Amino acid sequence: MKVKVISRNPDDYLRETKHDIHKVPRNYDPGLHPFEAAREYTRALNAVKLEKVFAKPFVGNLDGHRDGVSCISNHPKRLSVLISGAYDGEVRVWDLPQKLCLRSFVAHEGVVRGVIYNPAGNHFLTLGDDKTIKTWKTAAPQFGEEEEPVNTVISKTVLTGISHHVKDPVFATCGEICQVWEETRNEPVRTFEWGVDSLHDIAFNPVEPNLLASCASDRSIILYDTRDSGPLRKVVLKLRTNKICWNPMEAFIFTAANEDYNLYTFDTRNLKKPANVHMDHIGAVTYVDYAPTGREFVSGSYDKTIRIFETSKGHSREVYHTKRMQRITCVQWSLDNKYILNGSDEMNIRIWKARASEKLGPLKPREKAALNYSEALKEKYAAHPKIRRIARHRHVPKHVYNAQKELRTIRDKGKRKDANRRAHSKPGEVPHQPEREKHVLKEDQ
Amino acid sequence: MGKVQRYFNKTEDISPSSKTSPSKDTIIYNIKPKLKPWGRRQSDKVINKKKKVVKLPNPNPKFKGKVPIPKKRLKKYARGEGINKTGIKTKIHQKKFEKKEKVIKFAAQQAARAEVLLIEEEGFLEADAGETTTQFTQKQIRENVDITAASKCFDLRLEDFGPYRMKYTRNGRHLLLGGKRGHVAAFDWVTKKLHCEINVMESVHDVCWLHLETMFAAAQKEWVYMYDNQGIELHCIKKVYRVTRMEFLPYHFLLAACSDMGYLSWLDISIGQMVSQFNSRLGRLTMLTQNPWNAVLCVGHVKGVVSMWSPNSKDPLAKMLCHKAPLTALHVDPRGQYLATAASNRELKIWDVRKLEGPVQEYKLITAANNLNFSQKNMLALGMGNVVEVYRDCCTTATKRPYLRHRFTTSIGNLNFCPYEDVLGVATAKSVTSLLVPGSGEPNFDALEANPFQTKSQRKEAEVKSLLEKIQPELITLEPNVIAEVDIPTLKDKIDAKQKLLHVKPPKINYTPRNKAKGKGGSAKIAKNKKIVQEQAKKEFVKSTKDFIPKLNIQKEQQKESGVLDRFLPKKRKT
Repeated sequence: MKVKVISRNPDDYLRETKHDIHKVPRNYDPGLHPFEAAREYTRALNAVKLEKVFAKPFVGNLDGHRDGVSCISNHPKRLSVLISGAYDGEVRVWDLPQKLCLRSFVAHEGVVRGVIYNPAGNHFLTLGDDKTIKTWKTAAPQFGEEEEPVNTVISKTVLTGISHHVKDPVFATCGEICQVWEETRNEPVRTFEWGVDSLHDIAFNPVEPNLLASCASDRSIILYDTRDSGPLRKVVLKLRTNKICWNPMEAFIFTAANEDYNLYTFDTRNLKKPANVHMDHIGAVTYVDYAPTGREFVSGSYDKTIRIFETSKGHSREVYHTKRMQRITCVQWSLDNKYILNGSDEMNIRIWKARASEKLGPLKPREKAALNYSEALKEKYAAHPKIRRIARHRHVPKHVYNAQKELRTIRDKGKRKDANRRAHSKPGEVPHQPEREKHVLKEDQ
Repeated sequence: MGKVQRYFNKTEDISPSSKTSPSKDTIIYNIKPKLKPWGRRQSDKVINKKKKVVKLPNPNPKFKGKVPIPKKRLKKYARGEGINKTGIKTKIHQKKFEKKEKVIKFAAQQAARAEVLLIEEEGFLEADAGETTTQFTQKQIRENVDITAASKCFDLRLEDFGPYRMKYTRNGRHLLLGGKRGHVAAFDWVTKKLHCEINVMESVHDVCWLHLETMFAAAQKEWVYMYDNQGIELHCIKKVYRVTRMEFLPYHFLLAACSDMGYLSWLDISIGQMVSQFNSRLGRLTMLTQNPWNAVLCVGHVKGVVSMWSPNSKDPLAKMLCHKAPLTALHVDPRGQYLATAASNRELKIWDVRKLEGPVQEYKLITAANNLNFSQKNMLALGMGNVVEVYRDCCTTATKRPYLRHRFTTSIGNLNFCPYEDVLGVATAKSVTSLLVPGSGEPNFDALEANPFQTKSQRKEAEVKSLLEKIQPELITLEPNVIAEVDIPTLKDKIDAKQKLLHVKPPKINYTPRNKAKGKGGSAKIAKNKKIVQEQAKKEFVKSTKDFIPKLNIQKEQQKESGVLDRFLPKKRKT
């Protein structure tokens, strides 16, 4: 007879020394792994709960300004440098990892309207209410030297916003009119005018550097071309736009932060209706900035909250708020896609994590694998009601919660009214109007 | 232009043997400068080695591409067909699902290919021509097998403490035995190291390992006691009274018990709560087994009916009339495909438990089988009085002859195949024996599920991980993977719900009105308000059902034309 019985050699299954890792033989036969779906569901539930446990987005704050912060700007080449301007004309340069102020000086008499670095990062420009544009060196002055601007330009009109070209030593300012300057000249190179209204904000397109967008006080957004053509198109919305930001990855997409609590993402090829309407704020949206990946953006609003949206979705994925944070004046997404910085009315600049439950610092390969697995599980089971409920849950201040309820009843009432009208009139009389078409009034050439 | 010969590359010239006549004073250095990294920047420190792509020559140029995977093996690892693509409306979503399907298919292929890495092979027992496997005794098998395997066959003579019951842990490494007169012992049967041996001074009806070899439960005369593997009593669970049989559901951490009074109880041992306890109204329950595929308890009854219970409902999930005579034993195979039942009229039937369908196989035995157990490789062990018979492939084909047979001196109390080993453990009235059954155990275990070679630190980690993955008892149903499917109520239910609308009346709201302040209220106002509220509720109901009712195609009674001879027509009775 021939007989064989299973006999395992323990040497194949046990580790040799205590400094080795354990031997883990695997068999992927599904019969040996029952309850696959239920166990995976339990793991997904745990992953989503742990995400909430580890969601501690606030990293720190930069203290020092003596009046509200009006504008902040990232250094294009260094992740640890931040520059901010305040309502009393003071400009401060910060070191983010140590949360220290490296330099501080009074740049202007009046509010600092804009602060921006040049692409090389060795100079920065500040714009003030005293109609001046000053250029300063990034390198701190030597011991004994005083803070002196390298160049001062006095303009004839009031200036409210500044934006720098991606590569060339060219920048644009807006105020009563839109002006394009060159770094070496003291007079604007080009001037654009369309209508008689003043402009609040201006932005150079980082991908297609000849395009400029600005928002005017006649509730419109104007697109300019710095080559010969000049002003191109104008879109008029229902309420005024406060800030425009171009998508750093796509040449033709920009997002406008509007007073009517929404953000509108437009495609320049089709300005008749926005590509997306982002609704979630309960106060006027004052600032918007894109992430370097171009897939998400952060918006700060008058309702003391910061919201992070994805460009394709209509509702926010995250909301940050603090009792001490008052009206938000400016938000920036750091260039390593990890942090969000915001300046607010109450003299503080706060640093937040872009992904609230992310672990900072170097991750071991097993940790990374485990976190990737959790992310995949959360994505797979995102539609399950229990998991969606936990993932969606955010604590929000009482005034925001009550205002959200109110806005919801207002919107429901509008929908109900429309539905009643449609139900009681001839079919076809009251057509369905998609949300995106409701917000643009007209488009001008 | 050829390469310039550098002085340090010309090594042949400097060797002393080739030199014509070195003078005494000259010292010859043989320097071979290495290609060192230069510079201070990170990029300078890396020596650029161009990666050479080495293409191995194809040993069989006739066969291109990767080795094809046999279809049967791929089917084992495939998780069903994909979704029906015609149901998806937009192209973007179609493309998304196509990508997902590709990944799932690739995963199945990789798992099928990974079978090459399994190191152990199944056991076997082959008879030569003219012999049958049935005639081989344990002694003969022991003599023909290597020494480690032979040591797995042992016999413990325990004569004093009554008929025994025994159980193996999930990884098949530790054995727990309990005698009727109170003897309880736990030991590692491979190394023969005793963990504990105690006498609980009461009758023990059943023993059961909990999630690890560190804890076990004993169903004693009145209540269930839990012990540490050192024999220290941890808990006395008074909520379960006179338990006859116990089963442990490992992935849910539930200890299921059936009692003398007909109660079924599920106790969660991780949080210490009784999840569910109710009377099954079947009288005394003595036959209990679990279906390892969906964690449902199968209870055998004297009426020949097998009922399936889950902690979520007080009624059985399913009932099967298996035999015309009282059941004596039942067991479900580890993959949850077959249910074997034996009755007192010497019948043995194999049922398909996934479809809950009619007997796949039927057998007639010599005597009634009192114990049944399936092994991991679908071998069935029958305990009939003093004799144990092991059948191979009895589920798919009608076998005529047992694979192996063994006779004991006393009657058999309990039978269990050891997981991951070719061993059958038998507890009789006066002994606990371990028999060799080649080919019954799964040779390759998955260390992340059950590891016979688990060290203490691995055990601790595994305990924590399994607790985190503990499945909630609400998910115990006949279909274990229903949580991953979309919840579509069946069409029939939808039609039923709509039909009900015809008969549903508008809700009548009756309430006692609040006491209002002096000046407000007054009986007339109260009555008026009440009427307004009731009218509003009625209006809303009518509005919401207005759309559905015309679609249900109520055929209106047509007006018959009245004639003179109408009185002779059969009267239509009012329903």
